[in-house]
Amino acid sequence: MNKRMTINTRKKKMSYAKWGYILLVPFFVIFILFQLIPLLQTFKYSFYEYYSIGLQEIGPNWVGFANYVKIFQGSILKYAGNTLILWILCIIPQMTVSLLLAVWFTDIRLHLKGTWFFKTVIYMPNLVMAAAFGMLFQMLFAANGPVVDMLMDSGWITETFHIGQSVWGTRWVIALMNFLMWFGNTTILLMAGVMGIDTTVYEAATIDGSGAFKTFFHITMPLLMPIFIYVVITSLIGGVQLFDVAQIFTSGSGAVDGSSKTLMMYLYKLIGTSRNYGEAGAVSVVLFLLTATLSFIVFAFTQKSGKLSKKEKKIMKEIELKEASKNGTSC
Amino acid sequence: MQKKLLRLAVGVCTIFGLSSCNGTTSSATGTDVTEGAGEGKVLNIRCWNDEFQGRFRSYYPDYMSTDSDGNDLLRDGTKVVWTITANKDNAYQNALDVSLKANDTAADDSKVDMYLVEADYALKYVDSDYSLDVKADLGLTDNDLSQQYQYTKDIVTDSTGAQKGTTWQACPGLYAYRRDIAKEVLGTDDPAEVQAKLSTWDGFNAVAAAMKAKGYFMLSGYDDAYRPYSNNISAPLVNENDEIVIDQNIENWIDTTKEYTDKGYNNKTSLWDSQWSADQGPNGKVFGFFYSTWGINFTLEGNSLADANAEKALGNGLYGEYAVTEGPASYYWGGSWLCGAKGTDNSYLVKRIMQTMTCSRTVSKHLTLDTLDYTNNKVAMTEIAEDPTYGSDFLGGQNHIAMFAESADKIDMSNISSYDQGINEGIQTAFQDYFAGSVTKEKAWENFYTNIAEVYPNLKKAA
Repeated sequence: MNKRMTINTRKKKMSYAKWGYILLVPFFVIFILFQLIPLLQTFKYSFYEYYSIGLQEIGPNWVGFANYVKIFQGSILKYAGNTLILWILCIIPQMTVSLLLAVWFTDIRLHLKGTWFFKTVIYMPNLVMAAAFGMLFQMLFAANGPVVDMLMDSGWITETFHIGQSVWGTRWVIALMNFLMWFGNTTILLMAGVMGIDTTVYEAATIDGSGAFKTFFHITMPLLMPIFIYVVITSLIGGVQLFDVAQIFTSGSGAVDGSSKTLMMYLYKLIGTSRNYGEAGAVSVVLFLLTATLSFIVFAFTQKSGKLSKKEKKIMKEIELKEASKNGTSC
Repeated sequence: MQKKLLRLAVGVCTIFGLSSCNGTTSSATGTDVTEGAGEGKVLNIRCWNDEFQGRFRSYYPDYMSTDSDGNDLLRDGTKVVWTITANKDNAYQNALDVSLKANDTAADDSKVDMYLVEADYALKYVDSDYSLDVKADLGLTDNDLSQQYQYTKDIVTDSTGAQKGTTWQACPGLYAYRRDIAKEVLGTDDPAEVQAKLSTWDGFNAVAAAMKAKGYFMLSGYDDAYRPYSNNISAPLVNENDEIVIDQNIENWIDTTKEYTDKGYNNKTSLWDSQWSADQGPNGKVFGFFYSTWGINFTLEGNSLADANAEKALGNGLYGEYAVTEGPASYYWGGSWLCGAKGTDNSYLVKRIMQTMTCSRTVSKHLTLDTLDYTNNKVAMTEIAEDPTYGSDFLGGQNHIAMFAESADKIDMSNISSYDQGINEGIQTAFQDYFAGSVTKEKAWENFYTNIAEVYPNLKKAA
């Protein structure tokens, strides 16, 4: 009886580790089938000529880099520029406001009341579908819509204003829509980051006479850096892939002279009528490289190198001397 | 014990999974179609709006009821499933193409049996193998099709001479104008007298100036007058070398519309946008709209009402205040054709529907009398045209069928291409910026060609 029990318990102990891998398998299977393989296929098709004329498929025929040449002879640089402009117009206000709110909501001294209400409300636009949001703003800013009516009634403009004809008007509205949708999410994430900072550091800073600005730039920001990088990079990835909001708001046209046409809108157009997987694949690869490059730049700029600066080295030496002298006396 | 249960469960699931793949029964597409025997129980129809659905439910005699899912029930128990996908961003055609290509291997009840196409992209399906020959495959006879207008047959005839679709509409183009504004500015609202003033482009422009003087717009938007010009081009938009050929008429449209915009003769809207629809209603200040016969009932009537939920009668907004004339150029606009899908398992029912809805004199006549749509039956249209008592309430008592009976026969659709949809939309979108004054004409053409390269990668600019 005892012998059998020991053998069984030994077997049970060994099988626990297996479960970890077994539970990971579904994710990897789905990832490989639905994400990795299509991704590799997209890269592959970017080197093939593969589209449809009507119902007839042309290709896939190997053409090497011809697709890349074609898209760079087209307007891809213009669309990439538009995408980056739209992202920058959104990210700067978004980061500023989110950092501000994150700091204020978590400040122990300020101790704002009712922050739970604001946290809920600012997060709500994120729950609305981007397409619905775009449609709502399209109706708001239509030539016979409420915004134009209000502007005319108050005398700001004298005749109907078509926002689709204004380059920067459309861009700012799209940036505004993205800002409204995402600043709540960013605030919550940054708040989580700030709350992870040890409050004793703040107390020490206050005792040493540090003001609000100094505390923010020298204590909060450096300690918040990991979360901040995460937020910037995810926002970058989302921003480079900007699609629904711009597509719905401009009804697919990219507004006047294609000035708000983003890379994803271009890609969507390529697969829309002629299912041009070849060129669309090339655009996807360009998008991937762009995102990777920008992420790397963000990472490089915000990551502190292991080496200490001169000032820091001096301070470290002083601290060491102090400690040595203390130890000397205590011994 | 648990391991045994798990194995049993996995085994049962596998058996279920493997057994649910049913083999497809062969579909009857040959010429010896027997009367409804062996037909599928479900008829799948694909379209982009509910226009045909409305016509079908009102005029197909075997239609009995609609259930809560939106499926129709026919007298013999067949279920009609409608799949309506909007045209925006080419979604309708993308979905249709996928289902057509999968039709041979799809389960019987999911096979697409019938689908609708518009004039702008009809050629794409007509020239392919995915539409059925209405005579050879479905069994319609020359006698059935004899009363249809020739151009409606020509547009869906492929390069071998086979007719691949059929329609219940003929769509002569017209200019719908407001009687009240006509009385005020022109002194008369009689269609014949108004037509006399609008019969040439010079006359049209002169009336536009008169409208402007009294504070009205001649047209609502930039694209309103596109079809009268684009339908009268002398050659297809794309030649055999896949080069885009821009006809002089298109250039004329661009120049005229720019002039109209600069002089304030139009309200700077785009086709189908909210302001364009509002301009057709009681608050609009636009004299008239270029439309086709399908637009009168399907679009204009709804837009003209002050209260959309009230009865459609005199006194409700502009009901009764519109009339129609031929306008300065004869043209046609759109139309929807029914095509049988290759691989259908309901070919007899498809034939019956086509026969009833598009070949029957009685159904066509009823349709026109009820909806003002100009139907594809010469005999029925002539009857109504010659009926002195016929007049439409919505058009203030006008017999508009009489006006079109002659012009409908002369419509010439020989210059269509399978790229019309993308090119028409591309020109209108690109030049919107030019009309608004935001870009130069050269930049607008540049944008057009860039856009076309994205939509149709095989087309080239003409040398």
